[in-house]
Amino acid sequence: MSVRSIIERCEELCRDLDFKYVVEWKKAHSAKAIGYMPVYVPREIIHAAGMLPVGIMGGGDEIEIIRGDAYFQSYICRIPRSTIELGVCGKLDSLDGMLFPAICDVIRNLSGMWKVMFPGKYVKYIDFPQDYNDAGKSFYESELRRLCDDLSGISGVTVTDEALRNSIKLYNENRAAIDELYRLRSRLPHQVTTYETYVIMRASNILEVSEHTKLVHEYIGAIKEVKRPERDHVRVIVSGAFCEQPPLNLIKALESSGCYIVDDDWVLCSRYFIKDISEDGDPFYALAESYIRSAVSTASRYEEGKDKGQYLLRMVRERQAEGVVFAAPSFCDPALLERPMLQAVLSEHNIPYTGFKYAENTGQIQVIKEETGTFADSIKLWGTK
Amino acid sequence: MKQEVQKENSMLLQKQMLSDHYRRLARAKEDGKKVVYTFVPGNLNELIWAFDMLPVHPEINALQSSMRKLSGNYILEAEKFGHSEDVCTYVKCDIGMLRKGNIGPTGEKLPPPDLLLLSYTGCFTFMKWFELLEKEYKCPVVMLQIPYQGDGEVTDSMRQYVVRQLRETAVPMMEKISGKKLNEEKLKSLLESAARAEDDLVWVWDSAKHKPSPIDAYFGGVYYVGPIFSAFRGLPECEQYYRELRSEVEFRIKHKMGPTVPDGELKEQKFRLVVEGPPNWTSFREFWKMFSDEKAVVVSSTYTKVGGLYERGFRHDPSRPFETMADYCLGCYTNRNLPSRIEIIEKYIKDFDADGFLINSIKSCNSFSVGQLLILRELEQRTGKAGGFIESDLVDPRYFSAANIKNRLESYFQMIEAKRSVSAQKEMAK
Repeated sequence: MSVRSIIERCEELCRDLDFKYVVEWKKAHSAKAIGYMPVYVPREIIHAAGMLPVGIMGGGDEIEIIRGDAYFQSYICRIPRSTIELGVCGKLDSLDGMLFPAICDVIRNLSGMWKVMFPGKYVKYIDFPQDYNDAGKSFYESELRRLCDDLSGISGVTVTDEALRNSIKLYNENRAAIDELYRLRSRLPHQVTTYETYVIMRASNILEVSEHTKLVHEYIGAIKEVKRPERDHVRVIVSGAFCEQPPLNLIKALESSGCYIVDDDWVLCSRYFIKDISEDGDPFYALAESYIRSAVSTASRYEEGKDKGQYLLRMVRERQAEGVVFAAPSFCDPALLERPMLQAVLSEHNIPYTGFKYAENTGQIQVIKEETGTFADSIKLWGTK
Repeated sequence: MKQEVQKENSMLLQKQMLSDHYRRLARAKEDGKKVVYTFVPGNLNELIWAFDMLPVHPEINALQSSMRKLSGNYILEAEKFGHSEDVCTYVKCDIGMLRKGNIGPTGEKLPPPDLLLLSYTGCFTFMKWFELLEKEYKCPVVMLQIPYQGDGEVTDSMRQYVVRQLRETAVPMMEKISGKKLNEEKLKSLLESAARAEDDLVWVWDSAKHKPSPIDAYFGGVYYVGPIFSAFRGLPECEQYYRELRSEVEFRIKHKMGPTVPDGELKEQKFRLVVEGPPNWTSFREFWKMFSDEKAVVVSSTYTKVGGLYERGFRHDPSRPFETMADYCLGCYTNRNLPSRIEIIEKYIKDFDADGFLINSIKSCNSFSVGQLLILRELEQRTGKAGGFIESDLVDPRYFSAANIKNRLESYFQMIEAKRSVSAQKEMAK
């Protein structure tokens, strides 16, 4: 497949709020689908239970909120209202359940709203451990086993350890492919654009995992055949957008403002482990151990002071970034409360940064583009100190 | 002429307790006392006192600053240092207060913490708050995660998780900081005392079933929970406070008296309400007067259950100290899922024979606020009672619009009256 056809397919998946792929997959496999919200959801278990994991990241700028606004005050971020909109409009009817991970109070309470509003559907709040000792690991392991029992009950498929290990293997392969894509983008950011990377990542929310892995490999193969001009852009990392996503046009605008985005935390659910999950031994233990020891850092995970910002700092160094762009959704408590702490770490290390807020339907893109453009110019003019 | 504020013995007692505590805190360093900052929901006061350490609750400092009209400047100070206007104002008020010298409500400087006990209960922001404070104070933190009741229940796995964190992390760290081994007998005795105070508090809440109600369970209620939610649960003075409060309420019931409100006793009670959500602290008295001027009394509220929900039978049980502390934390109101919260409020409306319910939606508090419009719909459907909805903030004076709230409240009270007259007509027609 050509780059263009791959990207067109991903764009279509990204914009399809009727989840046609999900409907067709269910029909073709006579199986069920489970939705999940960001981040850290153990999709391996859904997969092992014979169901399709479907990442739900709100409605973006593709949906007009009519009923969703009636459920939320003006000072609540946008992702829950567009997700409710999708639900009440019947666009999520193809999902046989929804998982709401512990990411913030908004998503947490949304799980309870879902229970009240969609009483026939399976709804699960997933509490991740914030204690990284044995107590936290044991707790998470037992939560994972409960989740697995529930999902087995829905699908009618008994999850054996072998089946779960196989799912872990498939997701490890997917993460490896995504990692290769991200490394390639960092090495050749003029060639592998962030826009293209992003829509490929969004496709990981929908496509069955092996199909997505294949698609990533196809893109990596195809992009090498395309010649694109190098530009005088600065290398930046985008941080803070791990839940509600920016509109596609905003991502394009960031790139055209003079930034090569060499890493980011978008669609993090598909790349939230730094290392592979062990494919040997007890798979529940392996999943819990991976969350405790090698999950990527976000504002939703507790971090001791000495560790705060170190993940971002390492990313800046490894990707040879010249600056950081903090992009957080408006009213996002975790990302916005985290930001001053991360900024302090960057300041200590003389790494320039800028920041803005957005909503998934932000229309005021020009202002943000000017801000990041000025930031890029300032780095070009004065360097990184 | 300025209205003389009526002070009851329990109020004077609480004032004295607070003043003594802040004095203890001001002298903490010279007295060699260690200081533990922790949060109200899921607070482990008995454990802190068992080590002879002194608890400080940053939310209480923030609301005290607000009632003294200092929070606005503190919030601006935090925003000056890069904190977003979108985020929790309790956090910003606390950070601003710290940067302005950390002066407590009695005018004395608060000591820095020797330990941040991060009881992560029912509020995500708590975690970020203490991450920020750790940066400021550079002191040890203990993360005590309280799993959320996502399915509306406490499982053994959840309870054991909390117990293990207490035994394996919190207690060893507190032993290290305090230099003392945990004295379980002392802890048990503190828990026993807590249970006695809890008995009296539940009795007081229940008294609002009387007509007229002898208490206001929201505006008055936030004072009633003062000792048990803040530094004193487990101490003899806390028990004494609740005994005193109970005897005052008994007196009011016997004499068919109403509670004390800003302008004196609320004798006539036209509206009995249940309130969901925290109050606004910046204009607390003005806010309260909007209710009492309309002869509205609050017969039950959810905010007064954030630091412990006791009316369903939970009491601290000294015979199983660690499990009981876990159950206490797991049961706090904001640690319960939305269906449970709806069910709790529905029961309040019925049990306390309320005319309606009102939601005060707080901009700062996603833990409370997200889902409240659904709560409103559900409760209206289930109870047929009038629901009201107003918006304000905890401690940010920029988000208290008196005229707007007053207008909404007036319309709301008219709505209750209209519902009443329809019901009366239906009764007549029978």
